[in-house]
Amino acid sequence: MTEFRAGEPDDANAIPPARTPLEESQWSVTPPPQRVRVGTDDGSDAAWAVRMLGVSKSFGAVRANLGASLEVRAGEIHALVGENGAGKSTLMRVLAGMYAPDAGTVEVLGRDVTGWKTTDAIAAGVGMVHQHFMLVPTLTVAENVVLGMEPLSGITLDKGRALADVRALSARTGLAVDAERRVSDLSVGEAQRVEILKALYRGARVLILDEPTAVLSPPEIRELWQVLRTLRDAGNTVILITHKLDEVIEISSAITVMRTGRTVARLNTYDTTPRDIARAMVGRDVSLALDLLPGVRITSEHESPMPPAPTGPAALRIDGLTVASDRNTVAVDNLSFAIAPGEVFGIAGVEGNGQTELLEALAGLRKARSGKILLDNADISQQSVRDRADAGLSHIPEDRHRRGLVLDYSIADNLILGRQHKFVGALGLDRDKVATEARNQIKAFDIRPPEPQVPARALSGGNQQKIVIAREMGRPFRVLLAAQPTRGVDVGAIEFIHAQLRKARDGGKAILLVSADLAEVLALSDRIAVMYRGQFACLLPASDCDAERLGPYMTGANG
Amino acid sequence: MSAGSRTQTAFRRHLEETLLPPIVALAVAMVVGDILILSYGQSPATVYRLLLDGTWGNAYGFGQVLYKTTALTCTGLAFALAARAGLFNVGAEGQLAMGGFAAALTGLALPVGTPTIVAVPLCAIAAMMAGGATAAVPGVLRAKFGASEVIVTIMLNFVVLALLNYIITAHLHVPETLHTPTVHAGTVNRLSDAFPAFHGSAANWTLLAAIAAALGVWYYLFRSKGGYELRAVGLQPDAAEYGGVAVPRVLVWAMTWSGAIAGLGGINFVLGYKGYYEEGFATGAGFLGIAVALVGRNHPIGILFAALLFATLSQGGLAVNALVPKQLVDILQAVVILAVATAVPEVQRQIRAAAASVARTVAARSGTEKAQS
Repeated sequence: MTEFRAGEPDDANAIPPARTPLEESQWSVTPPPQRVRVGTDDGSDAAWAVRMLGVSKSFGAVRANLGASLEVRAGEIHALVGENGAGKSTLMRVLAGMYAPDAGTVEVLGRDVTGWKTTDAIAAGVGMVHQHFMLVPTLTVAENVVLGMEPLSGITLDKGRALADVRALSARTGLAVDAERRVSDLSVGEAQRVEILKALYRGARVLILDEPTAVLSPPEIRELWQVLRTLRDAGNTVILITHKLDEVIEISSAITVMRTGRTVARLNTYDTTPRDIARAMVGRDVSLALDLLPGVRITSEHESPMPPAPTGPAALRIDGLTVASDRNTVAVDNLSFAIAPGEVFGIAGVEGNGQTELLEALAGLRKARSGKILLDNADISQQSVRDRADAGLSHIPEDRHRRGLVLDYSIADNLILGRQHKFVGALGLDRDKVATEARNQIKAFDIRPPEPQVPARALSGGNQQKIVIAREMGRPFRVLLAAQPTRGVDVGAIEFIHAQLRKARDGGKAILLVSADLAEVLALSDRIAVMYRGQFACLLPASDCDAERLGPYMTGANG
Repeated sequence: MSAGSRTQTAFRRHLEETLLPPIVALAVAMVVGDILILSYGQSPATVYRLLLDGTWGNAYGFGQVLYKTTALTCTGLAFALAARAGLFNVGAEGQLAMGGFAAALTGLALPVGTPTIVAVPLCAIAAMMAGGATAAVPGVLRAKFGASEVIVTIMLNFVVLALLNYIITAHLHVPETLHTPTVHAGTVNRLSDAFPAFHGSAANWTLLAAIAAALGVWYYLFRSKGGYELRAVGLQPDAAEYGGVAVPRVLVWAMTWSGAIAGLGGINFVLGYKGYYEEGFATGAGFLGIAVALVGRNHPIGILFAALLFATLSQGGLAVNALVPKQLVDILQAVVILAVATAVPEVQRQIRAAAASVARTVAARSGTEKAQS
């Protein structure tokens, strides 16, 4: 592709690719009929586990579902994909009996169950594993699993039987977890297994998983796939809500794509590509990033015009930094590295290996035990958050709901967070200046809705993140700390945010990128370090890296 | 045009959201009141008319309403300012008493004949400093050690009231009474000096100070950088910290000013009404201030109106005492509070936050005990 572009730059469109642009643009408006199988059976006579037809559901003025349909065969793993706000979760909540639909029918295992209640859904074998776990941290795994359906001896809990039941279930399904441990001691992956066990214990045969991999490390994800395959082979049906397309390709056998409350495509996984799915999700062509195409390096058009110069004077230098975790263990262990202007330094690794503490220490949110942080050769390690920001440090925090935004503040107020002292006039905050800033940033970063007074809470994940990006990147800065910059945002916003990061790098900014998404780190970074237990397990030029090579470092296998 | 009408719709929705809960709460309270009044064999119409006649129907009654509004505005603002920073200040009663006491001491210490223009501000400053210092204690304990301000402020009420009680009875009281001698300087004029119709009522110019405090708090909260940061701390302390706000400092600051405003309310009684500090003058005003802030939804202007409402009910209780027990009005107040607490999500959130703060302290405490044993 690179050579081709370089050789015949003017004729790029004259060479017909496999699918012509014309066909593609038509496709993006209306999917071609042979790919749409909504409401049709393509020959196989397998029974439907779930059949939802013409489902509509509104919340006030917000129409979350508009005649959406979903058909899932018994014993398949079915992926439900779509951007944030496409109506996936609403549709699944209708299925799980949490909402009654305004219109449409819901059939489960051949029975019309439209408008049923959660208890009916559970009794009929529909179980939902939510994105945010609903476990009692002080109880053991076994107690959590049986909660609400406890085996009793007399009027007390029969602990022995609960334990035996849960162990048996765990062994049968391959969901390995110690039934006697307290949930508060479990890792996120283990807690998720407990959630799945809980659903299965209640007799779930149709299992709905809401973005199950968002919190998991790559090895945990592989284990989850194994479990799901085991469950499928035992005759269960799995519906997977996700927007990671590599997962869809890997695990599902059929795909339903939703957009703006409607079902826009039903595809068979074996004859589709991530590009097709992405186009159906967004309704137009997207520059296919990275987490959509794992392992694929971006094309040359995104490469920096100048080769990065890591040998030049560092914009950010970290020297022997040691940081403690909340539990007072060593989270960042004597770490040293430097980032040059115009360089993206990527940190990959399973979450919880000190990335959070590192970034908090750099931003001034957490005290370092020892070590130096130099911004343009000035030691900022004793400075406050505000002074660091004023010195040219921008920070996209990993959790925009907790740190990055005050959700009840308006877009305008959020756009000055951290810089409020720059908006002070003679009589308190200069509201005209705040309003002007808001108008400019909303326009420059295409924040929707473009209304400064709307609270940030009301925005979609992608637009919320755009507020953070606009605030941190729409002002003069030298170094950017970007933590999980695209977590939980839709494909369109991912594309936009990645473009912003590249632009900043090409403009000579130093960027520290921390992401749990290996594909993202691979696609954007010039150098990549894998963080494991507070240290760098490896530090390599990005050109030497791929997922296969870095994987072992992430799990400590090469450490 | 469309933008204009959208703003209009948004404004109307905002207005509805703001006004509807208190109005519904009041309506529910009236229905409950009807039932209670009927159970006493009285006619609700008669009782309510009596209540209104005794409060808004004549100048004296209205003067008394204004007098009570003054103190309630101060304690309501005190609660709201702390609440906006995510703090639950239950100690307004102690802070109010402290403020009143400091005002009385200052008034006693000043030489006879000190001009009012000097004396009153001095007493007011003393009241605010005393109230502020009292509230700063739980503020600092919260900021430094994470001690629940709910527990500390409640406990501090007892400490402060007992301490003042001791000082008065042991050193300062006029024999046969529970109050200090009359102050030499700094008394605040009654409203009746300017409007003779108010004759006999305790309403005094402290009312203006309370209204000014409400406007000041409004401006601070919604128009200043400090208020921007304070509210951010109250909504999302982690985001505020990320935004470069020194969260512990804001907690101490908010608590101190909260106490200062409560303390300011002390001059209403001490300098505006009696001319001396009397034990027990603050009783109830601190806790009723919480109700005022909840019904006023922690908005300074809302608090002015809520204070007026609760003052009316409280004065009205005296007016209807001949027909029904005045505790009827206490029940009405309780119903209003419950109705608002049920209807308004932010109030629910606040109550949950306070409960969580207590739970954290208790858990930390039991944790250290376990570690020690």
